Amino acid sequence: MNPDDDFRPRVLVTKIGLDGHDRGSRIVAAACRDAGMEVIYTPPWQSIPAVVKLALEEDVDVVGISSLATDHLIVPKLMQALRDAGLDNVCVVVGGIVPDDEEALLLEAGVREVFHPGSTMDEITSRIRGYAREARRAAAEEDRA
Amino acid sequence: MNKPVSPQLLSDDVDAPARRRWQDEYHATIGTERVIENVSGIPIQPLYAPQDWPAYGRDDPLGYPGQPDYTRGIYATMHRGRTWTQRQLIGLGTPADYNERLLGILQRGATAVSLIPCNSVYRGYDGDSVEPELLGTCGVVVNTVDHMDRCLRDVDVGRISCAMNDPSPFTLLAFMLVAAERRGIAWNRVTGTSNQSDYISHFVANHMFYRLSLPGARRVLMDHIAWCRVHVPRWNPMSVVGQHMQQAGATPAEAMAFTLSTAVQNAEDCLARGMDPDEFLPRFTFFFDISLSFFEEIAKFRAGRRIWARLARERLGAKDPRAWRFKFHGQTSGVDLTRQQPLNNIARVTAQAMAGIFGGLQSLHTDAYDEAYAVPSEAGAQIAVATQNILREEAHLTDVIDPLGGSFYVEALTDRMEAKILSIMQTVDEAGGMYKAVESGLVQRMIGASAMRTQARIDAGEQVVVGVNKYQAEDEPGSRPAVDRPDPAAMRRHLDEFAATKAARSRAEVDKALDALTRSTEQQDGNVFGAVVDGARAGLTHEEICGRLRRDLGFGQPLVVV
Repeated sequence: MNPDDDFRPRVLVTKIGLDGHDRGSRIVAAACRDAGMEVIYTPPWQSIPAVVKLALEEDVDVVGISSLATDHLIVPKLMQALRDAGLDNVCVVVGGIVPDDEEALLLEAGVREVFHPGSTMDEITSRIRGYAREARRAAAEEDRA
Repeated sequence: MNKPVSPQLLSDDVDAPARRRWQDEYHATIGTERVIENVSGIPIQPLYAPQDWPAYGRDDPLGYPGQPDYTRGIYATMHRGRTWTQRQLIGLGTPADYNERLLGILQRGATAVSLIPCNSVYRGYDGDSVEPELLGTCGVVVNTVDHMDRCLRDVDVGRISCAMNDPSPFTLLAFMLVAAERRGIAWNRVTGTSNQSDYISHFVANHMFYRLSLPGARRVLMDHIAWCRVHVPRWNPMSVVGQHMQQAGATPAEAMAFTLSTAVQNAEDCLARGMDPDEFLPRFTFFFDISLSFFEEIAKFRAGRRIWARLARERLGAKDPRAWRFKFHGQTSGVDLTRQQPLNNIARVTAQAMAGIFGGLQSLHTDAYDEAYAVPSEAGAQIAVATQNILREEAHLTDVIDPLGGSFYVEALTDRMEAKILSIMQTVDEAGGMYKAVESGLVQRMIGASAMRTQARIDAGEQVVVGVNKYQAEDEPGSRPAVDRPDPAAMRRHLDEFAATKAARSRAEVDKALDALTRSTEQQDGNVFGAVVDGARAGLTHEEICGRLRRDLGFGQPLVVV
């Protein structure tokens, strides 16, 4: 990370669906904060409309979805809801327990990356920073157009 | 009772020249000493000797199994008599799917039932209220007595112990009791455990509960303990859970300390309600994580066992030795398993299970090797069962009781872990007990800090994880097979039947049963759990029961601190 870089990514770290295990989301949220990002963090069990609303209101660059117990299966629905709300530029990443065959489905649905157990916090935060920069640039270009 | 220690030992001089010679040679050879600490932060020496175990040299330095303070085990026979209960946690799909897998693992050597419901159940919903993609992916969709009856078809609930992973207000147990009643099985024959009755652990750690408020859950737990004692006397209504907190990041010492503090909190709540410790404490059980820190886990269990014996007797006033026994179920740690090179997890689970066995557990769940990338497959679950069979019947681990007892290292570490656990419990006591320490966020902050510390150590490579930060290898194609999800058509049929059953009920009867629930919460001497059983018998669904009680007793949000 470049310390002179004054770009502050805005990241929503959340859990959708039914599961409550939040060790992963808490650690990633803290790591993003420590890496100088603006972090919006929610407790588990957010509904898809609630996540879309937060993403809009908080003007986030990246949405990070943590999933331990199969909640990733409704991420394609979240992708659709974000597009419906005009949030095409927001970048979505998923972290947690995602089987290989289902990872492909998520990437097809527009998820940028799936982080698996074993990823380091440095890896995760530097990737998120890159995605946030892309998202911010795309949004700026859209504004100009 | 004990003979005085011999003067030679007291002089702290057991063969001192020999020890000094070893020390000199060790330091000369090893060069710069690497500092080693266990996960709980206790420094680990390169060697332990008589000087490190203060009780060494006494006639009876440890006591005997089945006798206080139970360091060597809570029963005289331990695993030489009954081994441990082989209790594999499973749950998936429809009740029929669950039943099929349950009968399969019982045939392969499992000796008890442990039912885990779908995450929709955990949130207090019936199957028809949630995203259908999520139904039955992590547990069985069980919302009524009929569903439970189907889950347990051909399982004799009057003979086999059934653990229900069932938080307040314990609807799954209510369904099971009514199903037993229909089969003509007397409740005094029903045995098992309410595995998730420790509401405190849900608020601080995994948040898998039916979302009753903290004070509501506290009230219902007391009703549950009181009711079960009278109506289902062989049921264990209280399982105090350290597993969630250790999985969420607590160190082994913290997890043991928070669990014991929770047990004290719940026991003191029972005392405040006028219950007799000799009656309720023998039905307290514990549920722990077993991590890969092998000796630390063994010491954790041995230390916890003797702390509890003292607490039960001295602080809680129990006179019956059955109330002093620290009965526990262990589950191998899922957090230690890796997605990379997943078959390596079989070795990890084996070491974890051995730590639990040497720690003197009464019941064991071994994780399936595929848990780090999927909900366990049937093949994975079968290997987990076989691992237990091999350890029990091929490896001779059960021949001798407390086989590591008397090891200078294990005894010294047990003493150090005991001191560490007691100091953490002291912090909780100073915060006003576990209930208050959780309300204020103290426990959550400590767990969060430990989780961050572990992550940083792994990221820096200080804590080796084979295949992740050392010995990495390219993924073998097909090393992680595709996962099976519940058959959507079967789930659809299940929901259709559920809709038909609900529609066939009389609205007036449903309202009457719901109002009876409300009355139980309003009356000083009402028993909410008794009313839940009556409601289950009257045909109420899980969501209806939870919804009404959340309305009356408050809605529970997790107490999260980042």
